[in-house]
Amino acid sequence: MLVLGIESSCDETAAAVVSDGRLLSNLVASQDEVHARYGGVVPELASRRHMESIIPLARAAVSEAGIGMADIEGIAVTTAPGLLGSLLVGIQFAKGMAFATGKPIVGINHLEGHLNAVRLERNDVPYPHVALLVSGGHTSLYLVRDFGDYKLLGATRDDAAGEAFDKVAKLLGLGYPGGPVIDRLSEKGDPNAFRFTTPKFEHSAKFGSGNPHLDFSFSGIKTAVLLNHRDAASKGRVNAQYVADLVASFQEAVVKFLTDRAVTAAKETAAKAVVLAGGVAANRHLRKRLEERCSDSGLECLIPSFHLCTDNAAMIAYVGERYLRQGKRSDMALNATANEEIGL
Amino acid sequence: MKRTVTSSPEETKKLAVKIAQDLKPGDVLALEGELGSGKTQFVQGLAKGLGVSENGYVRSPSFTLLNEYRGRMPLYHFDFYRLHEPLELDDLGLEEYFDGKGVTAIEWADKFPGALPKRTMHIKFEIVDEMHRTIFLPFVRGG
Repeated sequence: MLVLGIESSCDETAAAVVSDGRLLSNLVASQDEVHARYGGVVPELASRRHMESIIPLARAAVSEAGIGMADIEGIAVTTAPGLLGSLLVGIQFAKGMAFATGKPIVGINHLEGHLNAVRLERNDVPYPHVALLVSGGHTSLYLVRDFGDYKLLGATRDDAAGEAFDKVAKLLGLGYPGGPVIDRLSEKGDPNAFRFTTPKFEHSAKFGSGNPHLDFSFSGIKTAVLLNHRDAASKGRVNAQYVADLVASFQEAVVKFLTDRAVTAAKETAAKAVVLAGGVAANRHLRKRLEERCSDSGLECLIPSFHLCTDNAAMIAYVGERYLRQGKRSDMALNATANEEIGL
Repeated sequence: MKRTVTSSPEETKKLAVKIAQDLKPGDVLALEGELGSGKTQFVQGLAKGLGVSENGYVRSPSFTLLNEYRGRMPLYHFDFYRLHEPLELDDLGLEEYFDGKGVTAIEWADKFPGALPKRTMHIKFEIVDEMHRTIFLPFVRGG
């Protein structure tokens, strides 16, 4: 079944074509360039850029797949979670196309897309597995028992890991997006120069078993970096090496936190593998450390290609095709939802 | 103006729980202070005080710009951190929230003072050290 996937929940406008679980094309018009000037995702700019990109991008995705618009047999579009204005651009385009062509449409949760991106490259993904989803807006652990069967095990209680990277980069004047900048700069720094401790939770968790040890929190680490920098500045100790050491130590703390939790979750749920998903999966230190930790624990570690970890429409098309094949359909009342968790 | 020093994130939350008892629909709180000064913690307390008991956490809306929670009245949690031009506020439909049925709390509200109604209560946060925060309230509770 030839399915066109559309994704516009945040920074990126994306379109992709999937057929029988195989990727035929996968295009992304990134807005990083626009947002870099503003230091973050700006909603008005985001929706305007989505509007400019979506039609040419969808056409290009279809053309690159070697087919015509008339060959598309179904449309999958991200409906939640995300910025409402941005989501609506994709939804309106998808609904317009479904209306014009009479082809079925299905709304897809962006998070479910991320959890299944790995299947576009591997058809032997072991179940059950634990998925670590890390991005600018999310930091969560899921138990994935099968396609469509997810259980949220833990999540961040304040900032997402990607947000912490962005905010630390911004407070040190390093630019946007913060993740890649800190990843590069950390190579020149000593990850053990400063010690940032993992927070201890006083309250039980709202997800999973209620035990707080699978939850995350990055707000305290962010503040500790700020205070360290303020103290160094007051003593005239801020120089290039200091900043490199600071971000390397910050990255070390975040990566340790993420990988410790992921491996613990896998052990507790008797999962066979850990799958990494979300834009922060681009962080080289995180990839390396997760592979090491999994290997030490006898777990398989699956990290999809970078273009499938960041926001993309291929994962939406993949999930869409599965649901369309099951007979699931959305109607023209399909709408955007800002907050929508899965696996509760 | 009342000045309070809290000695932990938990204490900042507890202060907000108390303040939430006196809030009524249409109230707007502008939360002003640098990164890590306790603004999100404060909103977590407001949510608790307003009886929000959702299947989730009250998180930083820096990325989403608006998180909405249901308690005994709705809590609209905005964050202007990523915004740079007053024009960008247009898409958020602020007035509808201000005059709506719930309480609005805005982090980094001081970036766009012109966007706030006159009745806005400004709450300022300052970092003293790792654990302590000074919080300036525009009113004395119960006073």
